[in-house]
Amino acid sequence: MKHLQTIDGSDSWLTTKVQSLFEWAAKTARIDGVVNKAVNLSRANSLWPMPFGTACCAIEFMATAASRFDLARFGMERQAFSPRQSDVLICAGRLPFKLAPVIRRIYDQMPQPKWVISMGACASTGGIFDNYAMVQGIDTVVPVDVYVPGCPPRPEGLLYGILMLHKKIKGEDLFDSSLRDEQLLNDKGLRLPPEQIDEVSEPFGNSVHQFRSA
Amino acid sequence: MSKRTVELSVATPGSDAQGNPLRVPIPASPADVDPELGGEHLLVNIGPQHPATHGVLRLVVELEGETVVRVIPHVGYLHSGFEKLGEYRHYNQIIPLTDRTDYLAPMSNNVGVVLAAEKLMGIEITPRCQVLRVIACEMSRIISHMVWLGTTSIDLGAFTPFLWAFQQRERIYNLQEMWTGARLTTSLTRVGGLLADVPDKFVTDLRTFTETFPDTLDEIDRVLTRNAVWVGRTQNIGVLTAEEAINYSLSGPMLRASGVPWDLRKDKPYLGYENYDFDVPVGEHGDVYDRFLVRLEECYQSNRILKQALDRLPEGPINVDDPRVILPPKSRAMNDMEAMIYHFKQVMEGVKAPVGEAYAGIENPKGELGNYFVSDGTAKPVRWRIRPPAFINLASISKMAEGHLLSDLIAINASVDIVMGEVDR
Amino acid sequence: MNSSANALQATFGNAIGRVVDARGETIVYVSPAKVRDVLVWLKQTAGQDYNYLVDVTAVEYRDRERPLEVVWNLRSLSSRQDLRIKVELDPRGELAVPSVVDLWAGANWLEREVYDMFGVTFTGHPDLRRILMWETYAEGYPLRKDFPLRGRFSRSEQVRQALNVNPEGHYSMEELAIADAYDELPRDMRDRLARGERDKIPNSE
Repeated sequence: MKHLQTIDGSDSWLTTKVQSLFEWAAKTARIDGVVNKAVNLSRANSLWPMPFGTACCAIEFMATAASRFDLARFGMERQAFSPRQSDVLICAGRLPFKLAPVIRRIYDQMPQPKWVISMGACASTGGIFDNYAMVQGIDTVVPVDVYVPGCPPRPEGLLYGILMLHKKIKGEDLFDSSLRDEQLLNDKGLRLPPEQIDEVSEPFGNSVHQFRSA
Repeated sequence: MSKRTVELSVATPGSDAQGNPLRVPIPASPADVDPELGGEHLLVNIGPQHPATHGVLRLVVELEGETVVRVIPHVGYLHSGFEKLGEYRHYNQIIPLTDRTDYLAPMSNNVGVVLAAEKLMGIEITPRCQVLRVIACEMSRIISHMVWLGTTSIDLGAFTPFLWAFQQRERIYNLQEMWTGARLTTSLTRVGGLLADVPDKFVTDLRTFTETFPDTLDEIDRVLTRNAVWVGRTQNIGVLTAEEAINYSLSGPMLRASGVPWDLRKDKPYLGYENYDFDVPVGEHGDVYDRFLVRLEECYQSNRILKQALDRLPEGPINVDDPRVILPPKSRAMNDMEAMIYHFKQVMEGVKAPVGEAYAGIENPKGELGNYFVSDGTAKPVRWRIRPPAFINLASISKMAEGHLLSDLIAINASVDIVMGEVDR
Repeated sequence: MNSSANALQATFGNAIGRVVDARGETIVYVSPAKVRDVLVWLKQTAGQDYNYLVDVTAVEYRDRERPLEVVWNLRSLSSRQDLRIKVELDPRGELAVPSVVDLWAGANWLEREVYDMFGVTFTGHPDLRRILMWETYAEGYPLRKDFPLRGRFSRSEQVRQALNVNPEGHYSMEELAIADAYDELPRDMRDRLARGERDKIPNSE
């Protein structure tokens, strides 16, 4: 799996020095709060989405971007189909296992700061597809910031999710570098411990009929 | 193999003796410039994440210069195990699954699967249900073609028709929401009937839609049909002859654009389509331009069918009067023991189908959508096979794109009108 | 009842098993040894003209004693008739039927899908490899009845195997056999291509 670990998550010596100098200067001049607010505001209001649209949610995403619900008023009309130029990965639609390494690679290709919105029930938990082919939630593969429920979520629902992400971004601390660490896969090739993946993928609900074949 | 017959050239400063701008030919391959340059092929991977592949399709293209030597599509990136899931679901529980296969025309899918289930069980639906299902299918045809139109225009560089098309889709979405409660995942039909009857406002709003929708089609027609860029990028591109189209098992607008006048609504009618007055557009050349014209004209014809269906919508029940198949109304189920038992059996055990099998094909916007059920007497099918038109149509892309340029490949890919949910199921 | 059923029985005699006529559909069971000849005859004979292949699929029953059926749905566009041809195979034995890609080009992907989902080999198919699952998929053939709905491995194992797949690694033999570049490929890659390995490209791990 070396192809997934070609990124080194750490910064160079010079970058770290410049960052700590900046932090010292801002805190000494007592403008760290203002700087924080300004940077977060500009990040939140111009999130360029990377629409990783797979299925039906992608159509609702396109409807959200079209003229009736208009994503442009949130600064998101510039849809970056290249991950290198995007801020937020919106996984709209179900994610089969065959597509899992692809989304992982796309996520790794995005530069920091980056966020992930999991749009729809299938991206959040696997949805109605509790079978051999479907990843039970993209959070087993990439870290997720906002989950938008719905099958598919209404455009208003997606916009609410985006606004939640705005709120999250505005609450971030610019000087907390751990927020911007690359979250790589571990040496076993997973993001989470296997027990946790198995636990979140367990079927819930009380219908055994969904696994009984007549 | 159809190579471009148009010679590519670029203007250069100056003019010749007649005053026409000078043009310098663009070589089709590096070998034309310098024999030593030619011969090296480049393998380019397009997708699975790419805006112009209409979903998670991966195309591996072998290029000689800008010319496509070979294109190999890889599918399966959206494989969701629908057919396996269908074996663990009652027939009515399969209907919400069908919304998610072809999510651009969900009501059409819903109708297709219950037609097969009703054929298997030998159920005759009521006249009102028939007409309402025709309305559902034609509305789905319109929204599917609108997505196709919008996304194809974006691929070929025209952004505005996308917004016009999606605005019309929003109007149909309002109608779908009014009828079923959902914009996209409608789950409209049930075995033997429908989810619910249409509200009165639906009929008036749909009639208003049919009166104003052709104006948008005229606008799109004005912008695209005789546009030099559009014509230049779509004529003589991706040609398939009628024999090839039949051999590749194409269906729907892809087949008709190649000159084969086969439409399941006319040739193997279902849902009473033989009683409606409509034309089926058939192309001549089998190129991308013809497919565009066929789909545009189909929208006009769907509008025509919708008007007729609204005029002849009969009164009466939408569900068949068989308590073993249709849930009894709640008032009876709460008051009458027999109705309560029927309700219980249907919800807990599902509707049992007789032993046997049935195949029902409908004219989906993409082509012939077939549903094949095999039953062993229980309430869950032994085998549910979706005959996916988009999957079969997509296989012909390797034939169509040989000899064309890379940008033509994008146009050809757009003209196949794929929806990956159906291709991969 | 489709008239072709009678014509088939007259022409092929014992190779035709039972004929079922139900719900307006005609289903003809054919012996596996003769199915290729039957399909060729149906396509090429003047009165039959089954020029359109609607579908190729397979059916496995829950009853383990029943055979696994491979199904061809044929259509004659000129006479608007549909016909279903079925072949019965032993689900516990080797599953192989002849391919019809040379008769109907649309069968290419349809047969690949039946191979992927059921493990039925189509002899004579030009490029029989998995189409919906990835090529190194190790869990088996999903639509078989002994394959559980949620797969054989645990969820974490499935995620791990899926993430281990190099998305660029799955080029087919056909794609990598670029004639002009073959001489310039490194020796080990040429050897691996010659041996038929397709699941990794060099320097990918």
